[in-house]
Amino acid sequence: MTIDQILEKYPFAMSYFVENKLDIEDHKEKTFTEFLDGFTHEEVEDLAMDKDELLENLEVFINQMKEFLGIKEEVGVRSLTILPGFDKSGQPEGFSELTIETSQVISIVGPTGSGKSRLLADIEWTAQNDTPTGRSILINGELPDKKWRFSSNNKLVAQLSQNMNFVMDLTVMEFLQLHAESRLVEDIEGTIERIIKAANSLAGEKFQLDTPVTALSGGQSRALMIADTAILSSSPIVLIDEIENAGIDRRKALNLLIDEDKIVLMATHDPTLALIADKRIIIRNGGIAKIIETTEEEKEILHKLEKMDTYIQEMRSNLRNGESLTI
Amino acid sequence: MNLVIFSGPPSSGKTSIILKTIEAMRKRDLQVGVVKFDCLSTDDDILYEKAGIPVKKGLSGALCPDHYFASNIEEVVQWGRKTGLDLLITESAGLCNRCSPYIKEIKGVCVIDNLSGINTPKKIGPMLKAADIVVITKGDIVSQAEREVFASKVNSVNPKAMTMHINGLTGQGAFELSTLLYDEDRRLETVTGMELRYPMPSALCSYCLGETRIGEAFQMGNVRKIELGDMDE
Repeated sequence: MTIDQILEKYPFAMSYFVENKLDIEDHKEKTFTEFLDGFTHEEVEDLAMDKDELLENLEVFINQMKEFLGIKEEVGVRSLTILPGFDKSGQPEGFSELTIETSQVISIVGPTGSGKSRLLADIEWTAQNDTPTGRSILINGELPDKKWRFSSNNKLVAQLSQNMNFVMDLTVMEFLQLHAESRLVEDIEGTIERIIKAANSLAGEKFQLDTPVTALSGGQSRALMIADTAILSSSPIVLIDEIENAGIDRRKALNLLIDEDKIVLMATHDPTLALIADKRIIIRNGGIAKIIETTEEEKEILHKLEKMDTYIQEMRSNLRNGESLTI
Repeated sequence: MNLVIFSGPPSSGKTSIILKTIEAMRKRDLQVGVVKFDCLSTDDDILYEKAGIPVKKGLSGALCPDHYFASNIEEVVQWGRKTGLDLLITESAGLCNRCSPYIKEIKGVCVIDNLSGINTPKKIGPMLKAADIVVITKGDIVSQAEREVFASKVNSVNPKAMTMHINGLTGQGAFELSTLLYDEDRRLETVTGMELRYPMPSALCSYCLGETRIGEAFQMGNVRKIELGDMDE
């Protein structure tokens, strides 16, 4: 097959050529082998090229991408089940089975170092009684496919945490475009528009498409990260590690993730967040000590807390607008 | 004994990843040792010592560290066998991003970090492209989108490798890596006769031999000139 034919059949192969710095522009009528044979011995050494590997990898790459596109069409992850193991002292964990469905929010509470990272790692690695906790993970009630462990394009868990920053030197537009391209999205423009709209509805202050991502405020950054994760991330499970209560509507943020059919796990000690979840996991000494269902009384407390929260947010935005505050 | 070769750019988190991975292997009752290769100096051996891990360091000094690695790896393997190790890990920094010390038949792990920028996978040569496992670090401080884009860039230059995200601070993911490093059926006695996965660059000019003076008259051997176009324009 000539390079032209390859690109016609698999447009995504272009990124393989670009990332491997192969300038195929004037050689499209050649086959890939012919193209590689055009390099002199000296050039090959200079560019640290490995022809055989480039040939082999193109095939691997195309097959992976085909599979990846196929997965998108399949029915995705509908539920996640955690089967118990043991805590650090070897005591059995205090639950028999926990199944979380898409669009459900579960909170995780426990002191730092109690084993939240381990729980998350167990989920990400789809543990099969082969990690230090002895837990097992089921996806859609069944033994998980190996791809969750070994494929770089299919990661089970996306993470959003307090310490995360944008480090790329790009505008919001370029940034989203890059992410959408890497996910092989067809309607890039429409997707970007949706993300911006969602992000702006979460953030206190709206931002423009030509703002560099590194220049966004804390609230705007978080809003963009959440909207982008909800709409563009390939991972069906989202772990949130505290969302700071500043410059962002957290309830709406959660709703956005829920609307996009994500399974949401939220590590937080903020009662307004923790009580939104139907259940919360209590982690102690490396294990899940128990699982508590949010009671009616707690929901009432949540209602009160949310009122206070709204009051504080109102004052905040009044301050931002330069108004004087009154009781 | 098993041998695993770790390499990666400076400060990408190699030592942290290796320490966390060995910690995760403790329960399996395996004796793991490390040999650290570096250029001018390293204090990483102290970190390994503190963790009770048998360690040796090799400083290449005026030599290219990867050439130094290739000339010493057999001796290092024999040290590991004498010390009674089940698993020997070598750690070396890819200083010019071109070379890689990987050997055919020996597992090679490349450690790179999310902060190094999305064009980095494109810039790193065989050190990344020829690795069996690529470990991406510092994912806890960049956004989910950047992690995904970075991983997809890594995947397009090395689709065959298994890509893992590991947090060098909390060790999240290190246990998982540890399950992939040791194969109890493998008994390595020597690396003599094995081959590097990719040749080192040819570089033998007067500056390799200690020349310090600048100027055409002092340039001998394998010399190449930068292309700057027509100077008169």
